[in-house]
Amino acid sequence: MAYTLKINGVEHTVDVDGETPLLWVLRDVIGMTGTKFGCGQALCGACTVHLDGTAVRSCQTATTDAVGAEVTTIEGLSPDGNHPVQLAWREANVPQCGYCQSGQMMQAASLLKDTPNPTDADIDSAMSGNICRCGTYPRIRAAIKQAATKMAGVQ
Amino acid sequence: MRHDQTLGAMIANVSRRSFLTGVAAGSLILAAGLPVRAEEQKYAGEGMPHGLREDPKIFIAISEDGTVSVVCHRSEMGQGVRTSMPMVVADELEADWAHVKVAQAPGDEPRYGNQDTDGSRSMRHHFVTFRRMGAAARQMLEEAAAKQWGVPVAEVEAVNHEIVHKASDRRLGYGALAKAAAALPVPAREDIKLKDPAKFRYIGKGETPLIDGFDITTGKAQYGIDTRLDGMVYAVVARPPVFGGKVKSVDDAEALKVPGVLKTIAIDPTPAPAVFQPLGGIAVVATNTWAAIKGREALKIEWDDGPHASYSSDTYKATLEDAVRKPGGAVVRNDGDADKALAGATKRVEAEYYIPHLAHATMEPPAAVARIVDGKCEAWACVQSPQATRDHLSKRLGIPTENVTVNVTLLGGGFGRKSKPDYAVEAGLISKAMDGKPVKVTWTREDDITNDYFHAVSMERVEAGLDDAGKPVAWLHRSAAPTIISIFAPDPKQEADFELGMGLVDMPFDIANVRIENPAAEAHTRIGWFRSVYNIPHAFAVQSFAAELAAAAGRDQKDYLLELIGEPRQVDLRKLSVKWNYGEDPGVYLLDTKRLRGVIETVAEASKWGRTMPKGSGLGIAAHRSFVSYTAAVVEVQVGDKGELTIPRVDIAIDCGPQINPDRIRSQMEGAVVMGISLATLGEITFKNGRTEQTNFDTFEVTRIDAAPKDIHVHLVPAGDYDQPLGGVGEPGVPPIAPALTNAIFAAVGKRIRNLPIRDQLSA
Repeated sequence: MAYTLKINGVEHTVDVDGETPLLWVLRDVIGMTGTKFGCGQALCGACTVHLDGTAVRSCQTATTDAVGAEVTTIEGLSPDGNHPVQLAWREANVPQCGYCQSGQMMQAASLLKDTPNPTDADIDSAMSGNICRCGTYPRIRAAIKQAATKMAGVQ
Repeated sequence: MRHDQTLGAMIANVSRRSFLTGVAAGSLILAAGLPVRAEEQKYAGEGMPHGLREDPKIFIAISEDGTVSVVCHRSEMGQGVRTSMPMVVADELEADWAHVKVAQAPGDEPRYGNQDTDGSRSMRHHFVTFRRMGAAARQMLEEAAAKQWGVPVAEVEAVNHEIVHKASDRRLGYGALAKAAAALPVPAREDIKLKDPAKFRYIGKGETPLIDGFDITTGKAQYGIDTRLDGMVYAVVARPPVFGGKVKSVDDAEALKVPGVLKTIAIDPTPAPAVFQPLGGIAVVATNTWAAIKGREALKIEWDDGPHASYSSDTYKATLEDAVRKPGGAVVRNDGDADKALAGATKRVEAEYYIPHLAHATMEPPAAVARIVDGKCEAWACVQSPQATRDHLSKRLGIPTENVTVNVTLLGGGFGRKSKPDYAVEAGLISKAMDGKPVKVTWTREDDITNDYFHAVSMERVEAGLDDAGKPVAWLHRSAAPTIISIFAPDPKQEADFELGMGLVDMPFDIANVRIENPAAEAHTRIGWFRSVYNIPHAFAVQSFAAELAAAAGRDQKDYLLELIGEPRQVDLRKLSVKWNYGEDPGVYLLDTKRLRGVIETVAEASKWGRTMPKGSGLGIAAHRSFVSYTAAVVEVQVGDKGELTIPRVDIAIDCGPQINPDRIRSQMEGAVVMGISLATLGEITFKNGRTEQTNFDTFEVTRIDAAPKDIHVHLVPAGDYDQPLGGVGEPGVPPIAPALTNAIFAAVGKRIRNLPIRDQLSA
């Protein structure tokens, strides 16, 4: 059946089973591979996208649940790749393999939108659903704080 | 003939890891007609299959717009090779980093030399060759400019992407000179003039941004799982849940009814030893991954579990305990008379240490794409071993190697899992069954965790005799674990030299009477390299036991550890019966106890070792030599009233010789700390009836940000100069972490952890 999804401001019509997770619609049907598959069970956060500005796990979001919402993926986090989170991530050389970082940054951007000046406890609470097997956690923490500073400067 | 080919391939693969001598049965080698003569032994990069290639015309290209492309023939999995290797060339080439690009080499070892990205040796083996290639290219540009200007080459100089003739104030950009320079012969090695390290712009600075940083942070970076080709179909495979099992019967009627499912395909299991060939099973091919997963759920498969159906971790642990509690194992080191010294000791201390199987759990699960067009196979894969991938595809598909292309993508984590390209072979086989159509095989997380090549389960028993002063006079260590050789050879029961050489036989303490034994152990699942490999159990045992001895002697852990190591000295490891030194020349890479002491002293000072700790808090220390580098860590813990463990701070020091990209060394150490904590506190794969009891991150837990130390301090021990031999970086950080952590817990609450993972042992 055909569904229309609005992704990064652009409408896409896809013909899939309505139960198909948004993750696979993004990756396999539309061809946007920035959103990653990590566990398929909402245990690792690699597939994190925003639904109406809030972080969700796209592996557990049915296509039908995304209809009518604004979906934002890492490709649409900023027009030029210079969202404060992206800048802070690059300045701190956060990534090692980089695979989980799309999800980490989408989660961090969502955190900073709700909590512009997060404490360590806020970071633990918001980010503990996102696994990094390379162990970049100290730099993720530092980059979130750096991004918060950047965003405060902008406002 | 078939038998010979199989054997030949097996040996070739064994030798890929430079552990030909590790296969204990000499007859195995002789049967394949490949006798190894000691005098032919080669070390370092030259000792690897296909050795080293050093030709700037292969590795460096300069376009007319001045863009410098440097070929990276090693796989990027987070260690930073795609940044660090071009950086070395760029520095010697006097190139402007803004105009440097990296080109990833396909699997082609005859052209590029060895590409096995493992063993912490990319920079160790290639720093010198990449320096020389960069310098050679710079000299060719200088010569081209001098010719064009008609001036002596000595009067021109490369400065930031230009050749300058100061006397006449003329300059030419690299782009303008590229064509003329490329036509010149490459200077002979003796004519290559390396840069004065004092003039390095990038090497040793750690200020070079990641070459893939923008792509990673914008979702553009391409991992194996991201490959997309026109007309591509998607597959998942139902594999035998028990190692050595096979399909007894399959009913795919319901699977084929799932919308999007196109076909099911049987993949034959590979008879043991399978090396890197697939486990077999039933592939479900569909128009997208989700449909393939749903289709697989609808398959009705009856499995024949085969010979390992009774493998259970609790009984296997008891088997290992029995093995290490009695003599009779292979004696792999024997200095003095340990039995006699033990009998005469004032005090005897003994302990056993256990570490279960571990899964790699790379965040990008194994995935690959393959297609076959006009009898040629092309694959895109996240592999650490692109040439082995090519060879295994060739062998299984019956396509000559020269007609197999393996394109290497970024790897979303490797940790040794992606040295084994079984998933790429699956993609090739399914493509063949789909008339060559492009096929992407994706492993789900459940596939990854249940069908991994697991880190070996291990049991270590150490016994020591102390004299009146509390100093050990005897050391008896028995180490039992299934060997990685089990994927290469039929039923080996002893650890190979390369496993024994990872912190066991090369035990660095200055003790007169030492016996080390390796009792037999059988493998009942796929065993494979996991970051740091057998250093993990060996360091856990040796460094935990050192702290236990300190406690028995009533001494400070750190002081006692330094005394065990003894006076600064350089030891030829061959004298300690060590037969494998990470593939390096034991005459060049000695056991340097001064360096081992140095990292200990560094972390002790940085962590303010000896300070008074509040109740429930403690510091633990451990040190280890691995991958010819030296590391030490101090872990600080707090244990709450109910046993809640927090790790506020870790100090880790590494002495890896010259540091090429300090930022990536730091990041590797930070990551190693987290991985070490993860395996010590949570990591565990257990088997019951041949099947893993863990399937995803809910049951195979890994450390998350809330449990990771807030404060990781990395200390890089400076090297004397850039002529010193390099050590490894990717792996050496892991081994000291688990023992430093459990030593800290002992210091904090007096509880000695000998079985990993810690899990809820502190609340018990």
